[in-house]
Amino acid sequence: MNLYKQIRALIYKDITLEWRSKYAINSIILYIVSTVFVCYQSFNAVKPEVWNALFWIILLFASINAMSKSFLSESSEKQLYYYTIASPKAIILAKIIYNSLLMLLLTFIAFTIYSLMFQNPVGNLGLYSISILLGSISFATVFTMVAGISAKADGNNTLMAILSFPIIIPLLMVLIKLSLGAIQEMNSSASLKDILLLIFINLITITISLLLFPYLWRD
Amino acid sequence: MRKKWWKVLAVVLVGLTLIAGFLAPVPELPILNETIRNVYYHVPMWFTMISLYLISVIYSIKYLKNGNHKDDILAVEAVNTGVLFCALGLVTGMLWANITWGEPWPNDPKLNGSAIATLMYLAYLVLRNALEEEQKKAKISAVYNIFAFPIMIVMLYILPKMTDSLHPGSGGNSTFGDLDMDNNMRPVFYTAVIGWIMIGIWLCSLRYRLRILNDRKNSMS
Repeated sequence: MNLYKQIRALIYKDITLEWRSKYAINSIILYIVSTVFVCYQSFNAVKPEVWNALFWIILLFASINAMSKSFLSESSEKQLYYYTIASPKAIILAKIIYNSLLMLLLTFIAFTIYSLMFQNPVGNLGLYSISILLGSISFATVFTMVAGISAKADGNNTLMAILSFPIIIPLLMVLIKLSLGAIQEMNSSASLKDILLLIFINLITITISLLLFPYLWRD
Repeated sequence: MRKKWWKVLAVVLVGLTLIAGFLAPVPELPILNETIRNVYYHVPMWFTMISLYLISVIYSIKYLKNGNHKDDILAVEAVNTGVLFCALGLVTGMLWANITWGEPWPNDPKLNGSAIATLMYLAYLVLRNALEEEQKKAKISAVYNIFAFPIMIVMLYILPKMTDSLHPGSGGNSTFGDLDMDNNMRPVFYTAVIGWIMIGIWLCSLRYRLRILNDRKNSMS
């Protein structure tokens, strides 16, 4: 099987497994709804800056919860089986793509619920959607690799947070800046620079993940 | 690396810059005044830290390639020494910021970037302690080390340049390269950088050798 076919089969497998149990999706949706509700109850109305920051914080914790299971949900015997039939590159790429899709779905749901409950102050919805899109992909790429690392350390959840936060915080700062620009309808040249930077960081992360994962999975 | 001459040279270079740093003439600039001398002490710390982290990444890559246990030890000890220089860099920077900016830790991209970079390497050390098995520990931490390094470079050297920052050298502020550093300062500064990097490598190699000796002792007894 070539790489493309392997990736497709693996993504299909992940989606089928998720569809059967719907465990991850449902629990994360519940998590998002309850956090948004708590925020709404305690703030009622907020300034746009706070609105933006709150949204990203909710997304950050939702995604860390969703991603941390990405390598743990399968037993080590099953993992071994995958490694014998697929190349490690295909496995990590498939995981990244699957997690990106999952994150896109989750952020879409989160954004809808969030804007329903809080008043939506976004001025430039197109730019905000781009920032959300880039944000969910960035979360997926970084957290997938870190989940792979922390899964090797027996899936320690604290470790996952410790390892991924320093890496995700700079990304998050750029994302918050970009999306704040979308809310306040700033000029687009600064936003374009941020978008390019985010794509650049994502490309780096994916390349390094591809290079490093073959070393990681072998015990 | 066990030759003596470069260690003596390192001490001489750093000693010279300590004296020249306090006594040599510096340009009189508004706000900065004499605090410009901090460039001799603060900036070399970060240069040394980056060099040590670079060494660490190179040896992590080497370890993943050939699985030599000694490469892993060198990678860890480089990070351990780098964290020390990072702490020194933060302290010297905060002393300077307290005088020039009025507070030790203003909210600034460069400063936050350095804080997060520090967290990243502390996370690396925590990760090592979380794993029991020697080989697994070495491999996984090497993977994390290589994963984190380019992101740290982006954070410390690319992000602050793109945003508004108080820190010299970023956000359109002049750097030590052009405006505020005249030709009297340059030789002292470069000597300081080279001297401190050598001291850093010396410290790292000492720690590395100590660790090797300890390992040997433990495996014999």
